[in-house]
Amino acid sequence: MDWQYFSEVLPHYKMALWLTVKLATIGIFFAVIVGVICSVIQYFKIKGLHQIVQVYLEIARNTPLLIQLFFLYFGLPKIGITLSGEMCGIIGLTFLGGSYMAEVIRSGMEAVSKTQLESAKALGLSNIQLMRYVIIPQAISYSVPGLGANCIFLIKETSVFSGIAILELTNTTKNLMGIYYKTNEALFMLVIGYLIILLPLTFFLMWLERRVRNAEFGA
Amino acid sequence: MLNSGLNVLFEGINFLRLLEGLVHTLRIAFIAVIISLVMGTIIGVIRTSNNKFVQFPFKIYLELFRIIPILVWLFVIYYIVPVNFDVELSAETVALIVFSLWGAAEMSDIVRGAIISLPKHQVESSRALGLGKIQMYRYVLVPQAAKRSIPQIINLITRMIKTTALLTMIGVVEVIKVGQQIIQVNNTEYPTISFWIYGVIFLLYFCICFPLSRISRKLEQKWAM
Repeated sequence: MDWQYFSEVLPHYKMALWLTVKLATIGIFFAVIVGVICSVIQYFKIKGLHQIVQVYLEIARNTPLLIQLFFLYFGLPKIGITLSGEMCGIIGLTFLGGSYMAEVIRSGMEAVSKTQLESAKALGLSNIQLMRYVIIPQAISYSVPGLGANCIFLIKETSVFSGIAILELTNTTKNLMGIYYKTNEALFMLVIGYLIILLPLTFFLMWLERRVRNAEFGA
Repeated sequence: MLNSGLNVLFEGINFLRLLEGLVHTLRIAFIAVIISLVMGTIIGVIRTSNNKFVQFPFKIYLELFRIIPILVWLFVIYYIVPVNFDVELSAETVALIVFSLWGAAEMSDIVRGAIISLPKHQVESSRALGLGKIQMYRYVLVPQAAKRSIPQIINLITRMIKTTALLTMIGVVEVIKVGQQIIQVNNTEYPTISFWIYGVIFLLYFCICFPLSRISRKLEQKWAM
């Protein structure tokens, strides 16, 4: 291990770490929004939209992110749509993440017991009120473990961005390995970088899951 | 104009080459899946033990593969092992090692979960019948757990196939690499070619993974507990 080298490249890793966190956060934020919209459409089986969402979910879930990104980054400019690398990354992450989030949120909503729905309807709540006061609060507590797992999964997926010239952790490491030939040190930093992001998050999610499980309705 | 790019695909053996790349990818995935099935089942059974000293190392092993991205694992094995241990590893071998280790870790968790979810009286009844520990796992627990875990195992296989796309980053000549070669050769003549080639690869992956996830969902509904 060459300690001199670490201090030299630390600024690069700091920037890379920041970019990884930034892209992942934006991607996850939009993924959750897409997920909520899609799951509500799926839950109520809204005519017309229901089939479109189904097709989107199957396409997003059954293709690799790398190919989705290549298609966005190298394919689309050829037919006149040029996007920056970071833009492609965010769109790709939202596209992929949205489908996973939708799946988790939908199963959370379906886990809300039928008697709850019937009681709410008997009380005269409209569909929107039903969503707002009965289903969503409970569905959130059911979906927390799945949502957390998806967040970690999506943060890990940002490593794939290195394929389309975004200077996040993995790509920075590859570049630095090319410049300095310090393979061990560079890869060590790479692993540490992901641990810095993901370990605290893992522990936080474990804590959150326990909290939410205790708060679960009727349990 | 738009058509010109697609035409290249059917010129000469281009499409055949893409398919060949895909077969190469799938072969790596297939071997890794077989290894992970065997290793994962064994580790999964071991992990049902109540001994903390047995559980702990395997737990660390699983979490390491859950927390660190697969691409990073590929890089680590690909660059670290040859430099430090004086072993020559081809990109395919690295891919097999990483995928098998990852698959085994995930598989062990699926198997363990399935065994733990079996009703307790299965264990008690087999003890009452005088079965030994190995016999109990061999004849009673593993066969029942297998049925419960098949949907999740198929899911894992789909994920492993999708992840093979990453192998292009360590230089395995799989479907994306072949696609890039075709694009490079024809780029000047047909400017839209990358749109079509990546589009076709997109579809190829979809055609493999979609039926698998369908089967998994069907089985999940059929065998729902």
